[in-house]
Amino acid sequence: MGTNEKERDILELRNISKSFDGKKVLDDLSLSIGRNEFITLLGPSGCGKSTTLRIIGGFVRPDEGAVFFEGRDITNLAAEKRNVNTVFQKYSLFPHMNVEENIAFGLKLKKKSRAYIQDKIRYALKLVNLEGYEKRNTTALSGGQQQRIAIARAIVNEPEILLLDEPLGALDLKLRHDMQQELIRIKKEVGITFIYVTHDQEEALTMSDRIVVMNKGIIQQMGTSKSIYDEPQNAFVADFIGKSNIIDGVMPQDRVVEIRGVKIPCVDEGFAARESVDVVIRPEDLEIRPESEGFFAGQVVSVLFKGAYYEIKVRTESYEWVSQSVSAPPVGARVGLYVLPDNIQIMHKPKSEDAEIIRE
Amino acid sequence: MVRVKNAFMKCYLALVLLFLYAPIFVLIVLSFNDSRSRVTWGGFTLRWYGSLLSNRQILEALETTLFLGLGSAAAATVIGTLGAVGIQAMRKKGYRVVMSLTNIPILNADIVTGIALMLWFVRFIPLGFGSVMIAHITFNIPYVILSVMPKLKSLNLSIYEAARDLGAGGVYAFFHIVLPQIGSGILAGFFMALTMSMDDFVITYFTKGAGVNTLSTMIYGEIRKGIKPEMYALSTLLFAVIFVILLVFNALSGKGKNTEDVIERSR
Amino acid sequence: MKRKYFATPYIIWIVGFTVLPLIAIGASALTGDDGAFTWDNVLAIAEPINRQALFFSLAIAFGCTILCILLAYPAALFLKNFRFQRKGFTIFLLVLPMWMNFILRILAWQMILSKNGILNFLLAKFGASPLAISNTWIALMIGMVYDFLPYMILPIFNAISDIDEDLIEAARDLGAGGGEVFRKVIFPLSVPGMLSGIVMVFVPAMTSFVIADILGGGKLQLIGNIIEQEFMKSMNWHLGAGLSISLMVLVLVGLAFTLRNDMEDGGTAIW
Repeated sequence: MGTNEKERDILELRNISKSFDGKKVLDDLSLSIGRNEFITLLGPSGCGKSTTLRIIGGFVRPDEGAVFFEGRDITNLAAEKRNVNTVFQKYSLFPHMNVEENIAFGLKLKKKSRAYIQDKIRYALKLVNLEGYEKRNTTALSGGQQQRIAIARAIVNEPEILLLDEPLGALDLKLRHDMQQELIRIKKEVGITFIYVTHDQEEALTMSDRIVVMNKGIIQQMGTSKSIYDEPQNAFVADFIGKSNIIDGVMPQDRVVEIRGVKIPCVDEGFAARESVDVVIRPEDLEIRPESEGFFAGQVVSVLFKGAYYEIKVRTESYEWVSQSVSAPPVGARVGLYVLPDNIQIMHKPKSEDAEIIRE
Repeated sequence: MVRVKNAFMKCYLALVLLFLYAPIFVLIVLSFNDSRSRVTWGGFTLRWYGSLLSNRQILEALETTLFLGLGSAAAATVIGTLGAVGIQAMRKKGYRVVMSLTNIPILNADIVTGIALMLWFVRFIPLGFGSVMIAHITFNIPYVILSVMPKLKSLNLSIYEAARDLGAGGVYAFFHIVLPQIGSGILAGFFMALTMSMDDFVITYFTKGAGVNTLSTMIYGEIRKGIKPEMYALSTLLFAVIFVILLVFNALSGKGKNTEDVIERSR
Repeated sequence: MKRKYFATPYIIWIVGFTVLPLIAIGASALTGDDGAFTWDNVLAIAEPINRQALFFSLAIAFGCTILCILLAYPAALFLKNFRFQRKGFTIFLLVLPMWMNFILRILAWQMILSKNGILNFLLAKFGASPLAISNTWIALMIGMVYDFLPYMILPIFNAISDIDEDLIEAARDLGAGGGEVFRKVIFPLSVPGMLSGIVMVFVPAMTSFVIADILGGGKLQLIGNIIEQEFMKSMNWHLGAGLSISLMVLVLVGLAFTLRNDMEDGGTAIW
């Protein structure tokens, strides 16, 4: 990493470990976050993503490792002294204060002038599209509105980093989609770093500049939405990011993978001879052809119309495959399954047994 | 710094607990005191516990107290639980009126409640066990309602309607759907009522008439003459029984919560 | 059957044994021995001896409530802070003493505080001079604070433990230090619990007669003692009912004034 890149980083987690009641939640985690980045920590519940966020926020002290903010060690700095603010999952608006008082909370503590606070409240409410809500009682607002107020309350303090802990988790699907767009807009307008935690892969793919996929306290993969989706580095990531067909295979030689005795051309090379691997084929890459033209032959067991495409399940001798296609064969039809060499992902088997279990 | 603060907090709490438990300690010691005098220690004895068994008056008062407590708590639990379910289904206006009336026996001074009930009873029934029972049920019901109401509020009432929709009668739906979900509130209400009934003196005092004695009224009557040492023995026994019951209950119900806590904290 | 009819037995019970008895006491208060209407019994509260007892009761109840708040608030806060035990265990510790008969417990205080009592015995051991607080208002106050303290700790403790941990984190996140978190979040959110506590302490303190009977040695007259004597000794029921009504109205007006609109759900916050 060059010096330029170093300077651009606003936050660095260095070798963080954390256990609760003897259970390791984070294991030697290191992560650098760039200025103005929209970074998402993605993973199933219990993967350590929320703990990571809470360590950045200052609510949890790591057992080992350090947190650097603009090159300064803030590991032991109290939460209230950090220039980061959090949007909590359950909104956590103060029930004894109205909208205006909630938003003014941080500014009053900083002893800002009345005029400044009024200005900021107006600006923040405009930002979250809730102008005129100053005197409303927070408990009377809808979930989506409460979340907007929570965002406004955090933003007015002009944090360098905004932490968002599954902020849309409690909202219904439609509202969630709207709020995703809102958040992207707000992010553009205020121009600060967003660290976002979610278990919703679609949300992560939509919003983030960069995604950190976590499992069992370990970073599984880091990269842009596209790179994570197109080139998952292991079966866990492939499985977690959308539906995939993941099958056991071996590599008899470079550019050929053998699945259940069927040799299929692919583009991967550099594996040990007859190494066991995970083979990943995305549903949209699995083509349904006449029975004789496929690598595998099987029977269509279900067809679901999903709006833009059909989801087709095909059972072969050894596996139930999922395919997506704009046209669908009738249920019960015998079909062949085909895949282009480019669309096959070959991955090393995970080393730990834990990762293996996750696939179930 | 944190250590000093913690030590201070512990000391403070210890003092508060000492304050709350000092008289109880005194009474327990007295129950083992081999002297009829309250002020001198005559050595350790168990004889008050023995003579307790042959003290008809005390045993009768105990019987009355227990019968009154269990009976009024049970009646209040039934009426109160049904009441809470019904009140919850009321419109805003009716709800407000009934809840205000429910608060009266709790907010009102015991002495006023006792006197009001007495003045009402003397118009048509003799004061005695029956009048005391009615009085106890009356002041117990609100505690049941206040224990059950929050459970009902958090209960998803659509499941009751779903049960009705699936063909269950109102009574069947109540017993099979609603009751199991508010059970802990009902149980809490029952114990609350039992506690209130057994601890009551003032309302019993005004509504009992002559001839009926609970432990409380009996003790009150003996203040000038001096309390019989058997009474200390009985109170110690009752206290010990409740202590064990609550301890066991607490240990049983606490297990699940404990792990929940751990999960919550590590989140 | 409509669900609201479940409440029918309860409604009958309220009318029969809450509303009608209040009417009965009102009727008794507003009539003389001859059965004719009169205001005399209700207005008797203004007579010097009654007025004096009323003011004394007010002073004692007021002092007792303040003392209970001062003692209970830190206790509730510390109990919450510790997290050394489950919530249920804390409540258990506070409720357990109620299972020893209340009159016996007050009698035990008499033994502790009396001239040759346990407290003076202990003081003598440490070479301190004995205290002469037996049968004074101080003994009465100790007894009352003792009896009502759990009723103040419990609602405050419940209110404080019900505060979502996330709110405290949110406050810290927005820059509040320990003191500010307390002033701006914990304290305001514990006020409803404190108000419940005030109701639970002030009313019984104002109207009690047993504690004054035992710890006042018959010398201290609260308004409750006067009412009790009208019923049980003088057998002047109309006067007793009149004084009760005046007392009840005074207490309720006082409470309404203190709590104003905060009473909503106040009763349920206790348990």
